[in-house]
Amino acid sequence: MERILFGDNQFFAVNHISDEKSRAQSIKFKDDSAIIKVLDDAMATGINTFMCTTHDRIANICDIIRANPEKYKNYKIFPCMPYAHKYANAVTELGIAGTLKQYVPGNFFGSLFKGGMAYLSKDYESIMELMIDAEMKMFKGINTPVIFLQNVITDLLLGLRAVDVLVAFHAYIKKKYNAEAGFITMNMPKLLAVLEAKGIENPIICASINKAGFRMSGGKAVYEEVLKTKKVRVIAMQVLGGGAIHPKEAIEYVCGLPNIESILFGASSKINIDNTSAFIHHFDAQNKIS
Amino acid sequence: MLKIALIGAGKMGLSHLAILGGYATTDIVGVCDTSKMVTDFLTKQGGFNCFSDYKKMIAETKPDAVVVAVPTKFHYSIIKDLLENGIHIFAEKPFCLTYEQSEELVKLATQKNVVNQVGYHNKFIGTFREVKRIAQSGALGDIYHFIGESYGPVVLKKKADTWRSDPAEGGGCLLDYASHVIDLLNDIVSPIQSAKGTLLKSVYSGQVEDAVYSLVETQSGQSGLLSVNWSDDTHRKMSTSITLIGTKGKLISDANELKVFFREENALDKYVKGWNVKYITDLQEGVDFYLRGEEYSSQLDYFVKACERKVPNTINNFASAANTDKAISIIRKNSK
Repeated sequence: MERILFGDNQFFAVNHISDEKSRAQSIKFKDDSAIIKVLDDAMATGINTFMCTTHDRIANICDIIRANPEKYKNYKIFPCMPYAHKYANAVTELGIAGTLKQYVPGNFFGSLFKGGMAYLSKDYESIMELMIDAEMKMFKGINTPVIFLQNVITDLLLGLRAVDVLVAFHAYIKKKYNAEAGFITMNMPKLLAVLEAKGIENPIICASINKAGFRMSGGKAVYEEVLKTKKVRVIAMQVLGGGAIHPKEAIEYVCGLPNIESILFGASSKINIDNTSAFIHHFDAQNKIS
Repeated sequence: MLKIALIGAGKMGLSHLAILGGYATTDIVGVCDTSKMVTDFLTKQGGFNCFSDYKKMIAETKPDAVVVAVPTKFHYSIIKDLLENGIHIFAEKPFCLTYEQSEELVKLATQKNVVNQVGYHNKFIGTFREVKRIAQSGALGDIYHFIGESYGPVVLKKKADTWRSDPAEGGGCLLDYASHVIDLLNDIVSPIQSAKGTLLKSVYSGQVEDAVYSLVETQSGQSGLLSVNWSDDTHRKMSTSITLIGTKGKLISDANELKVFFREENALDKYVKGWNVKYITDLQEGVDFYLRGEEYSSQLDYFVKACERKVPNTINNFASAANTDKAISIIRKNSK
């Protein structure tokens, strides 16, 4: 994985500290060309990986990337699935079974619903595989070396102790897509312990890591201990703590931690992309010397 | 360790179960749901002890506390039964279909001396807690008017009927969606006592309202405007905001950002004259296990601690949720 990964929250009105900024972003990025322009700005500073959710609009971005093979020949996308709000809003209206019926492709689910038969573990795995394939369709022909499970699903399964589903996700991504599975989580220490116990070595985990301790469940100290002592490839996200920390201070903290393979951030303007990248390069160089 | 069980493993039930599963402080003794697909999954994958009949689960597992997350129309009978068995209860919102049912359960819970809480999670969001603190400090002066708004993308086209589209079963935007903002305002300002003009509008749903617009008055005489619409997809998810207008200032807050304007110096410690902006990152305490938002973990943490008699059972108790049911019935009556 490259040192810097570019995120997509800003494109889809995800702002952790302001609903007003969310709306402004949603207006700014209403056309796909505005998104592409920012991705190109990031590419110009050497950021060649876009880590994004499987939002409907990403399909359009993929079309543009496929239509310009020369320009994007070194470009990579790390898909993060699923776009949870699509399902969450559907569950509110249709219930769990209704939502699965609507989104799991084919007749598989209809046949499962007939009669009161018992569900086997492989049935749940098949449902998961069908849903992964549906989410991955939009990326056909694009280099997707790491494929992530979104934190709301990772953490739901973690809390429900359904760790075998996480293991099955890991295996299926390797088998079907010849890619590595990654897990986004808000509970990194707990997730890592559980994955290690299941024999998944050195997993890719993307988690909130920031100087403010924002969304670092169990506390910052526990996270720092894991980074110091465990074997894990970590992507730090929310490094700015939702905007609570000054960028320079924020990046200095993250660059100073061991075991952080990549830093994920999103920005809406070229100047912010350039500044944050420059801070990362600056502190990385400084840490190398010392 | 507190023995806890879950009745109803739908969207909210699974979320509660996962949060409780993520903590080490409770012993989850049973899960009850009518969907075989769900209970088979929880048995095989999570190793939970699952049931399809809640009475059987209670008899066999003898929990100290139960989380009730079934559709609202089943709340009254199940909660009454649990109360009679002396079990602590965390129920999903809204509390009951009618105010009369809510009142009866409030009395019974008091009589049985059990911990009782309803899942109005907004009260565990740092920004809204700060709004309440500011409102009650008097720093805004005499709060004479408020606006409560909530918008989100739940019903965006005509669809097949479910229990959510049946008014007799607890469907509709007023009970399901507007209840959140009504509950917040009841707590922050004062309980809503009358409605002066109410429009319940159907946008896509045949039988229930998709939007609630109402001019209301509280017990303390403040006037307010409710504007709630669950057919609004300019919001990615439910977005709730509160505006308070007082003689000494004005406050506007959503879950993420609190903006307050004070007309005078020294209105409140750590705030200045003019505009002040605070973010959720400054106001929210961290949790031990995170799923969907700190507030979901915090409310269960509070419930478990209340069962262990470590905190008072004051936030979101049945009495407070019954006040919300009362306001809902006042608003509905006014629309007719």
